[in-house]
Amino acid sequence: MKGFLRKDGRKGIRNITAVVYLVECAHHVAREIVFPFRDQQVHLIGFPGCYPNSYAYRMVRQLCTHPNVGAALLVSLGCEGFNRAALLEEIRASGRPADAIVIQQEGGTRKTIAEGHRWIRAALEQLKATPTTEMGVSDLIIGTVCGGSDATSGITANPAVGRAFDRLIAEGAGAIFEETGELIGCEAIMAARAARPELAPELLACVDKAARYYTTLGHGSFAPGNAEGGLTTQEEKSMGAYCKSGNSPIDGILKPGDVPDRGGLYLLDVVPDGEVRWGFPNISDVQEIGELIACGSHITLFTTGRGSVVGSAISPVIKICANPETYRRLSDDMDVNAGKILEGEATLEEVGNEIYDKILQVAAGAQTASEALGHQECSIVYKSFEPTGPACMPA
Amino acid sequence: MNTSSPQLLRLHEADNVLTVLSTLEPGDALHLGQTVLTVDKRLPIGHKVAARPIAAGEKICKYGVPIGSAVCAIAEGEHVHTHNIKSDYLPTFERENQHSYFQPTP
Repeated sequence: MKGFLRKDGRKGIRNITAVVYLVECAHHVAREIVFPFRDQQVHLIGFPGCYPNSYAYRMVRQLCTHPNVGAALLVSLGCEGFNRAALLEEIRASGRPADAIVIQQEGGTRKTIAEGHRWIRAALEQLKATPTTEMGVSDLIIGTVCGGSDATSGITANPAVGRAFDRLIAEGAGAIFEETGELIGCEAIMAARAARPELAPELLACVDKAARYYTTLGHGSFAPGNAEGGLTTQEEKSMGAYCKSGNSPIDGILKPGDVPDRGGLYLLDVVPDGEVRWGFPNISDVQEIGELIACGSHITLFTTGRGSVVGSAISPVIKICANPETYRRLSDDMDVNAGKILEGEATLEEVGNEIYDKILQVAAGAQTASEALGHQECSIVYKSFEPTGPACMPA
Repeated sequence: MNTSSPQLLRLHEADNVLTVLSTLEPGDALHLGQTVLTVDKRLPIGHKVAARPIAAGEKICKYGVPIGSAVCAIAEGEHVHTHNIKSDYLPTFERENQHSYFQPTP
């Protein structure tokens, strides 16, 4: 397959222009700038908060310099706390065309939108000349997340993703699973899979942190829809979620924005460090997908039993439906029907291979269901992390 | 993975619950090995039933690992869910209008 070669050497599967609002007050203007170009790989991302936050800064920077992104336009109100100048400098240093427009300086909504449209037209012209390069499975980073889970998720779609993960990792790809809050109850089983002895206590600590965080907040990752779908407890949901990781050794732990420098299986620790603040670690599936993308994911595998419809800005989302009844109801939104395993029409291995093939097709340019429907979700909230410890990454 | 009957899936030999593979309606026959029971309430796909009688306080096993504990005695074939088992980690929350029997702890 062919990929887009960035000046920083990274290889992308899409050639996206990111339009970034740096505070909620600039959201509408940024959305209006994107609107006429929304079918031309121009995506809207942003951070709503006015107060600066180093996690949010890192998230936005990693998304703007993601290998799928070719150019970025920052849209600022003017008085927000986001470090616009530093971000602009870092994006430009990566070799990507980038600019910032400030609504207060530009002369308001109408003038900023017009200036944004002018900039996008020029950027799209420039991106036509992006060089392409040969890309293989070992150049890919694939993330996985589950959302709207029911009891079928853990017996069809999730173990099928695990099969696809094992195959990708064997061929040198990077693979990331996450949701430490949904791994509560499987920590000991997971620690036994650590590729290096020093990683095992880090894996245990990671889940322990999640358990403490959720206990303080009095609420797990368990949503009412999970119970309606037949799941009863956090640990039951956890076991079903855990099997997405497959059977390969776990090579490392990432925090949002850490990009693995080699292939292998990684756990993404999404629960903030330090005291509990700013509420739930992840307020929605969309936010988790964004964190996987900030870690370099070219594609996210999203398994769902109840039937999520989301996609994402920056990187395509392949939706794998676990429940055959849901698949029939929401088939327009789904890419893979893993529910057919329950109806005896396919084995786990066959669906695992179907997911693998789908990844290669999407990496080569085929649109996912959510891309075709225009989904471009993005959600970044306040969080704080300490730097990733040395034991967490392969030497 | 071996099925105890086509309606139900046993994920691990050590499990004391089975997963419903296709939605069962009241009046449907539920085949549990040699035992045939009559379903008394709708059991949607993905829900669980007891593979054998389970005592109050006993661990509930799925995937070969404990997923919670029984809060009361559960009969063979009975629906196993938030009304008769609880998490050993965190309380399970449901929408207010769902089940009055579940009171989330503060």
